[in-house]
Amino acid sequence: MSQMPFYVSPEQLMKDRADFARKGIARGRSVVVLTYADGILFVAENHSRTLHKVSEIYDRIGFAAVGKYNEFENLRVAGVRYADLRGYSYDRTDVTARGLANAYAQTLGTVFTQESKPYEVEIVVAEVGRTPEGDQIYRLTYDGSVADERAYVAMGGAAEAIEEGLGAGWSEGMDLASALTLAVSQLAKDQAGGPDRVLGPDQLEVAVLDRHRPRRTFRRIVGAALANLLGDLVASARVDGGASDADATGSAKATEVHANPGDSPRQTATNPQTQRPNQDDAHHGDADDHDAADVHGTDS
Amino acid sequence: MSGAPGSGSLPTAYLTPGSSSFSEFVAAHVPEMLPRSRRLPAGALEAPHGTTIVSVAYTGGVLLAGDRRATMGNLIANRDMEKVFAADEFSAVGIAGTAGLAIELVRLFQVELEHYEKIEGALMSLEGKANRLASMIRSNLGMAMQGLSVVPLFAGYDLELERGRIFSYDVTGGCYEEHDHHTIGSGSLFARGSLKKLFRRDLDADSALRVSLEALWDAADDDSATGGPDLGRRIWPTVALVDAQGVRFVPDEQVASVVEAIVNERRGNPGGAR
Repeated sequence: MSQMPFYVSPEQLMKDRADFARKGIARGRSVVVLTYADGILFVAENHSRTLHKVSEIYDRIGFAAVGKYNEFENLRVAGVRYADLRGYSYDRTDVTARGLANAYAQTLGTVFTQESKPYEVEIVVAEVGRTPEGDQIYRLTYDGSVADERAYVAMGGAAEAIEEGLGAGWSEGMDLASALTLAVSQLAKDQAGGPDRVLGPDQLEVAVLDRHRPRRTFRRIVGAALANLLGDLVASARVDGGASDADATGSAKATEVHANPGDSPRQTATNPQTQRPNQDDAHHGDADDHDAADVHGTDS
Repeated sequence: MSGAPGSGSLPTAYLTPGSSSFSEFVAAHVPEMLPRSRRLPAGALEAPHGTTIVSVAYTGGVLLAGDRRATMGNLIANRDMEKVFAADEFSAVGIAGTAGLAIELVRLFQVELEHYEKIEGALMSLEGKANRLASMIRSNLGMAMQGLSVVPLFAGYDLELERGRIFSYDVTGGCYEEHDHHTIGSGSLFARGSLKKLFRRDLDADSALRVSLEALWDAADDDSATGGPDLGRRIWPTVALVDAQGVRFVPDEQVASVVEAIVNERRGNPGGAR
């Protein structure tokens, strides 16, 4: 039909690749990552129960992605390998989201310029801190650019509109229920201008990095716990009050989630170095940074 | 291809689809990090050895306990060493043999299980875990031939069968399921004799704790390499319980009170005759 052009300017080449990647990403359903009082919340609209968009990378690091599943799954596995190998050869505290985000950025950048097709993905690497000030959220785009985000990020089809909505509703120190309410209400907006959709537990993938948990902070919220938290959303949507109305019931519900029997109890004691932190602290008096968030702490 | 993390983009090996096994990934990518690929010079050397571990199945779970002593020849190398570790949420591993290698092996095993869980999004079956550990022991055979052997005892809660199970190993990587109770290490013979007399099928967690601490006492009584409870320094055996709720370690105060009760009962009755 047409001949290959003899010369394509670098600007045009990059623009074509960027357009291609953006289109691929915009087709996907959105993912929201935002901070709340006790950590970082991931909410994805995902109709599959097994093909995850949100996952655990390491003790305090989570991963969320939109775009082509096989491509971000590939990056996720690479991230787990990176983190586990680094933690094994150094120490668990030496695995950081910043290091991982840099590695991802280099990889995405190389693929963008050198491979025949860029990755059609956008990812978030988030690390929960000991305090809200220590929370880190890195957003990486298909071309390898990294942005250090504060408070909230949205990725996928309607990212900009969702971020606008998040910006209006987000406040510092929100509890889990109101943060979830905010995220879901933004995801549920019909960008074509129709009425809001209703997103139930079956259409959502929700996980948190909970800063108060010892060692592995990542936890999925599924089943009854999720339905409980979403119950607030349905109620508050009816009152048309948005996030603020959910606050009163929200905090009570949020504590229930911690005690949910389906929630797997993680122990501090799964590593020779970090085993039995409270007793180690008592014996040697060294305030191990790694276990400082342990609620059983140093009181013994 | 540089393997050093932080030196730039992720190496190709990281992005290559492969197995969900951490140790296989490391073996292919940075083999020098695994004990199996290290070549040892000929000759014998003396290294700290860990000693007695006992495991007792009870109703609803399984207990794994170890003394705290590591020896090097006639010397005590370490008197408060931990030899019982949580391998993951629902299993624990106790180690006997060359301490340095054994701890390295436990760390690798822990990462192996967690890595699988994260990549696959599911917990490995208890038999799967036991077999992974067996293959790690097997790959250590070369070192075992030179005297650096590691023998673990693996105990876990089987979520399918809803009971605690115990697996023992030999240096060649043989994996055997044990019933009721098992012991490993230098004091294991004495501990086993003790358990044979004290074990009952319907033990609860508290009686299992009592029985296993008595077995460790009996081991320490006759084996110089097994540390008895150190009342002066307040060093107590490490005891892990694995049940449907996961792994938890018995707090020192509780172990101390049981040990002190045993010490009182054995006063004037060193063999614990009853």
